[in-house]
Amino acid sequence: MARSRIKQAVIHDGQPGAKRGRGANRSDAWQDEARRVARGIRRRVLDHVLRNKGGYLSQACSAAEILATLYTKVLNLGPVEGPLLPGPFPGVPGVAYQGVSPGSAFHGPRTPYYDRFILSPSQYALVLYAALIEAGRMDPDGLMQFNRDGSTVEMIGAAHSPGHELMSGSLGQGLSQAAGIAYARKRKGDSGRVWVLMSDGEFQSGQTWETLQAMAFHKVDNLGIYVDVNGSQCDGRMLDVMNVEPLDQRLKAFGSRVYRVDGHDLDALAAPAARKPDGRPLVVLAMTDTCREMEILRANAPKFHYFRLKNDADFRRYQELLASMR
Amino acid sequence: MEILSRVHAMNLVRWAKDKPEVLVLSADLTSSTEIDLFRDAYPDRFLSMGVAEQNMLSFAGGLAREGFFPFVHTFAVFIYRRAYDQIAMSVAYPNLPVRMFGFLPGVTSPGGASHQAIEDIALMRVLPNMTVIECADATEIETVLDVVQAVPGPVYVRMLRGEVPRLFDASEPMRLGKLRTVVDDQPSGKVDVAIFSSGICTEEAMRATEALRAHGVSIRHLHLSTHKPLDVAAVARAAARTRHGVITMENHVITGGLGSAVAEVMAEAGIGKRLVRIGLRDTFVHGASRAYLMKEYGLDAAALIRHTEKLLDTQFGISEADLAQVRLEAVHSDAKAEAL
Repeated sequence: MARSRIKQAVIHDGQPGAKRGRGANRSDAWQDEARRVARGIRRRVLDHVLRNKGGYLSQACSAAEILATLYTKVLNLGPVEGPLLPGPFPGVPGVAYQGVSPGSAFHGPRTPYYDRFILSPSQYALVLYAALIEAGRMDPDGLMQFNRDGSTVEMIGAAHSPGHELMSGSLGQGLSQAAGIAYARKRKGDSGRVWVLMSDGEFQSGQTWETLQAMAFHKVDNLGIYVDVNGSQCDGRMLDVMNVEPLDQRLKAFGSRVYRVDGHDLDALAAPAARKPDGRPLVVLAMTDTCREMEILRANAPKFHYFRLKNDADFRRYQELLASMR
Repeated sequence: MEILSRVHAMNLVRWAKDKPEVLVLSADLTSSTEIDLFRDAYPDRFLSMGVAEQNMLSFAGGLAREGFFPFVHTFAVFIYRRAYDQIAMSVAYPNLPVRMFGFLPGVTSPGGASHQAIEDIALMRVLPNMTVIECADATEIETVLDVVQAVPGPVYVRMLRGEVPRLFDASEPMRLGKLRTVVDDQPSGKVDVAIFSSGICTEEAMRATEALRAHGVSIRHLHLSTHKPLDVAAVARAAARTRHGVITMENHVITGGLGSAVAEVMAEAGIGKRLVRIGLRDTFVHGASRAYLMKEYGLDAAALIRHTEKLLDTQFGISEADLAQVRLEAVHSDAKAEAL
């Protein structure tokens, strides 16, 4: 029943040579497309926040270029047959379905040569949905189902939510599961890679370091991690809550191949992904700004985790901001 | 009684021979959980994960998503106490075929409270999608892998290691969700008392029932190796057809495990019989030998005699000497692992 509302992804006979955004015959203006996607992410999330009097807004500011670079340049995903409309909650695995979650349909068909993309901090779901719309993978109307009872477009993304394939809402578990997937894919000889978007707050969790240790030990180099290093978490500045810096040195000490880049610079974000895997886990530390292109948000410092519109004046100021972004 | 050594170690190597999709994961307890022979036989299918159980369980979920069958091995406590959230979200929710083998359950570990899994059945039983199995003897250890592998979702196995007795005929394999009849003095009628036991308590119960029957007590002794899914109909049937009541016996706290499960069945079926739950009574345990702890905490054959006497309001005057021979593990046998 649920599946009937999801347009089935066409099984595309894609080969590594047909990589989207990586092939020889592609347009060299991917940056223009990525800039459009990043702008669209911020605009859609702000529009949504205005309609709902609140939401995960600063995550759109910090991660827009990361997601735009992933969807337009880095990820080798199979196509979907037009933008998909999310179906209703189908039920839990083992009851409603077994195996591949309905949420992963938004990333196209699964083949040995296509990449997989896993969002680890599930509170970024709103930003991911906006990215899926801008990337032409989700119907814009899908966002109207956000946080509605019975919908898969959940506030904290779950396995059945658009663009998701597993449960990572309990922070620290996304990378471990992705590492298991990547190890298994390498063992099977898949050429497709696994990409994970993480938040810097997840590096406070012991499980993340357990995973990095295991990835280095078992040479899981077909997994690439992009970290939105926005220095912000629920309680405030990470420097005040629990410092994780110097993150690059810590990661290197754990055997990772680390690149610290400007998280709003498209070329800088894309460059590490083009490097040939060398046995080490790849980590791109994307240094970002929680208020990027929304300066008025800075008044909320140091609390950026969840944005709430406080009064009518606030509403009008952000409405003007949205108007200026169109 | 036949005593066998390192049954799982050898059985796993034989069983997994032609199963390339079976991967064994270890958390630095390779010899202690009898997967050293597997490691040596199939090094390419052995994943050393270190003392890092949270990653091990979530990682196993990832492997299972890609068609592999991760066989996670460590001490029972370290599986569920250290990685419960990971089991719940990375394994149980997606209903993935991760197989967890928890060793040294309850008082079988002399390692003290940090090493003794006394509430694992309770915690695993309440997780949706989870199948929960407990081995009691060599026959069950030899046949549990086929049972486990037939389950499409996650399975937790409370496992025994080292020297184990053969309580059940080797030709009678473990069957999922089925109770084993050890003794039934009135297959078609009422008995004085029905006994449900699991794990190492079944061996103890067998020692006691012999003595009780010699004193004229009619008994129905059922052994349970599948905690979940529970054979509800068989439990209800056996519990209803008793004159004096029901006794459960488990190497576990009496809350949440076998005793609770039987109580739930009896209450829901409206079976108005007495229920005596033998097990740990809201207490942690300490480091000592299995025989010592079973006596101290009342989990042994003598405890079952006492509780039966109380239920029947009788004194049989059965002494320790009247009980079937106690099986004592040689302190310095090969089975007694140097490292816990």
